[in-house]
Formats: sequence, C-alpha cells, structure tokens
Amino acid sequence: MDAAMLKEIGEIVVRMLIIFTAVFTGVAYMTLVERRVSAWMQDRLGPNRVGPQGLLQPLADGLKHLMKEDVTPPGAHRTVFILAPIMVLIPAVVSFAVIPIAGDAINLQDLGLPWDWQIKPFIADVSVGLLILLGLASLEVYGVVLAGWSSGSKYPAMGALRSTAQMISYELALGLAILPVILTTGSLRLQTIAEAQSGTWFGFIPHWNVFIHPFGFLFLLISIFAENKRLPFDLPEAEPELVAGYHTEYSAMKFVMFYMAEYSAMIANAALMVTLFFGGWQVPGLALPQPWMFLVQAGAFAVKTFFFLFLFVWVRWTLPRFRYDQLMNLGWKVLLELAFINLLVVAMLVAAGVM
Amino acid sequence: MSLDTILASVASMTAICSALMVIWQRNAVISALFLVLNLGSVAILFLTLGGEFLAAVQVIVYAGAIMVLFLFVIMLLNPAPLKERFASGPVVTGLTFALGVLFVASLMRGVMSLAGAGGAMASVGERYGSTRSVGELLFTAYLYPFELAGVLLLVAMVGAVVLARRQAPGED
Repeated sequence: MDAAMLKEIGEIVVRMLIIFTAVFTGVAYMTLVERRVSAWMQDRLGPNRVGPQGLLQPLADGLKHLMKEDVTPPGAHRTVFILAPIMVLIPAVVSFAVIPIAGDAINLQDLGLPWDWQIKPFIADVSVGLLILLGLASLEVYGVVLAGWSSGSKYPAMGALRSTAQMISYELALGLAILPVILTTGSLRLQTIAEAQSGTWFGFIPHWNVFIHPFGFLFLLISIFAENKRLPFDLPEAEPELVAGYHTEYSAMKFVMFYMAEYSAMIANAALMVTLFFGGWQVPGLALPQPWMFLVQAGAFAVKTFFFLFLFVWVRWTLPRFRYDQLMNLGWKVLLELAFINLLVVAMLVAAGVM
Repeated sequence: MSLDTILASVASMTAICSALMVIWQRNAVISALFLVLNLGSVAILFLTLGGEFLAAVQVIVYAGAIMVLFLFVIMLLNPAPLKERFASGPVVTGLTFALGVLFVASLMRGVMSLAGAGGAMASVGERYGSTRSVGELLFTAYLYPFELAGVLLLVAMVGAVVLARRQAPGED
C-alpha cells in the first residue's frame, strides 16, 4: 500500500469519525433533550439527578440496557428477530454519509495539526445523494416489518402492518414535496443544492429554498413526521392500542437499537430539511478565513438541525394523535394531491422561465 | 485486480446465491428477504458499471417499494411454510432440465458474442448512466414505450380498485 492510498483512507476515516461521533452523541443526547423538554412542557423536572442537569443520564441508560437480560420470546423466528434491529439501524445511520455539513474542505494543517490531510465536509460525494437518502429511508421499513413479524406476537404484528402502510403512503408525498427543489436547482447532489442557496434578496432575506417553495417545505415537514412515526402520526406504536407496537417483544440492547435508529432517522430527516430548504450550512454574508469558516458553517448546520429536532419534541406534546383512517385519508386524499399540484405549478413556472 | 472488479465479483456471487436461496427457502418471508438481497446486489452491479441513478432507482423502486408491498401481503395472508418440495416426476424433471440447458446455452452465447467483439467493450460517453442522460432517453427515443408502461400500470391500478370495491359488503 503506497502513501497516497494510506492518506486517502486516513482522510475517509477522519471524516467518518467526525460525522458519526457527532451523530451518535446527538442520538444519545436527543433522548435526554426529549425527556427534559417534555418535562419542562408538563411543568415537571425530568431526569436531572445523574450529573449536572442530568447530563450523564444517557450514559447511565446505556449501561442499564447493557446489563439487562436479553429475552427472545419462544414464538420468535430467532435469526430474523436478531436481524430486524440491525436492519432498522443501519440505513438510518448510513444516511449521514451523503449529507454535507459545511462548504469547502479544510486541511488538518489549518487546525495546527502536523498532517497534510484534506477534510471534506461529507463522507461520500454522490451525484445522486438525494436519491440515496430516499432509498435508505425506504429500506428502514424492512427492520420494522421484520421486527413485527419475527416476534411471533399479535401487537408487534399489528404495529408492523400499520407502520408499513403508513411509511409507504407518506413516502410518495415526501418524494413529491422534494421534487420542486430538484426542478429549480437542477441537481440531485446535496452539496450543489446547498451551494445554490447562497446569497440574499434585498440584503437581508437569505436565498433559501423555503422562501421559493413554502408549500413544498410544508408537505415535506408533514411527511417527515409521518415517516418518523412521531406524534401526531405515531400510530404504529400507539401505546393504548398496541402496547409499544413493533418493538413490544424487544429488550436490552436490541430495544436500544430501535431507539437509536429512531433518533438517527430523526436527526437525518432534520438535516435533510435543513439542507433542502434552509440553506444547509449557509450563513448569509459570512466570510471568514479557514478553518473558522468550516467550523462556523458546521456549527450553523448543527443549530439549524437542532431547531427541527426541538420542533419534533415540541409538536409531540402539543398535538393529539390522529385516528388511523384520518392518517390514511390525509396521506392519500389530501397531501399527495396538494404536493402534486405544487409540483405541476413549479414545473410550469420553470418551463415558462419564471423560476 | 482493481477494487471495482472485486466489488462486481462479490455482488454477482451474492446475486446468484441469493436468487437460489429465494427458490430453496420454504418460508415465504425468508424467500422475500433473499429477493431483497438479490435486488440490492444488482443495484451494486449497476454502481460498478457507473449507473448511479439506476442503482438508486433500483433500491427505491424494487427494494424500497415493491418488495415492501410483497412482504406486506405475505404478512397479511400469513401462509404456512411449505411442508414438501415442489411436485416432481420424470416428465417435470426432464422438461425443467431441458429448459435450463436451453437458458444457460443462450446466456453463454450472448456473453460469448460480447467477448468475441475484439475483447474491447464499446466505450461509453462521459454522461453514461447519469440522471440527465437516462431522463433524456426516456423522453426522446423511448417516449412511447415509457408512456405506454405508465398507462399499463394505471390500468392495473384501476382494475385492482374495481376488484377490491366489488367485494366490499353493502356495495352494489
């Protein structure tokens, strides 16, 4: 192996370390944020005993789940039962490989480190990055379906059927909501989409897609709530009806993997919304020398993403749950049509040369 | 041997093995899972050929949508695992064998004719397999087949809705 190849592998490893460390820390602390924020909204304290302000709670939770007994129910299909949490976690985590977190690459020497390594702001530069994200999102359904099927129990099976129907239905609206952005940007590469949103109108309104496609953003937001099975669309795990839905029979680390997958998917979807509609890492009017530019942009991306994560928690404690037929009606009879009309209008405007 | 060749070989082997497992499994759900693996390895083959768009579409359409519906239906019907192998007899076995030989022979002939063309593959353009080139082909050279396929799917969908409605109680 020659030096150039070693260097390339080193660069990729550093990129993966940065992004996956950020993601997994984010996942761990999202559980704490969710519990603390929901406690705050209900005028409770929430977990604040482990460490200052409960900051060590995720570690304690992880340790607890490692120590717990891992039960496999007697009616379960053993192999698939083990496979299901893996199949739901992997696509959720791999999604982050194509999401750009900053504009230009930096060199490790800029940070005062001795290596001459370029650190690109994404793990993989794929020309069809957006399609990869959609594909991975559609693969997440498998883990859920298989978890429900392999448990050999009624509540998980019902939860899995519900979630399959729900995720397939809302994937259509999700795709249609994103298409107008592709039409006006002309690219499926996420970095190109983020770069296209630089600059401002009149010097103060940032050139973000949300101001060009407000309806597209609204439809995407609703579809993402349904895709993520968050309230008000959390029927696959509606606790008064289905205990805990598809992961009822899971315990210990396998159960934690479902949770990690759920929060990773949440962060990935929030990052997707930021990249497509809120300029990604763009900070309007910012010009700094590297490496500060990179760090500020990555920070801006994290702040924007966190805003949407907070929105997920906020909505959870604000809106009641839909009934299942209402959910299906909204998906198929309202959202799909509106997203399609939005797409047609944008397509006509693009064809007429207005956009 | 380049990294691409290794990847393509592994993906091809996975595709063939998983395809065999689809028909050897007696449990319908496990069969469907191997079919997903098969479709995924075909997507990787598209990737090694430079067809990024095709690979992504293969995953979204086949693995992400069609196979999920398959699994959905299998779970709804919940068929019992097959107790015995498929029916066999001298006629069935002979016919299967003959058809198999014919299929492999025609496949080999196709591969041989490719290799016979001087060994050099036809070179492809810079944009080969890109989203733009696939889209342009679909809306110029293959416009009518493309639209016809759309109409065909629409007819099938309307038919399914009609059939489903007729069985609903209290209707008609």
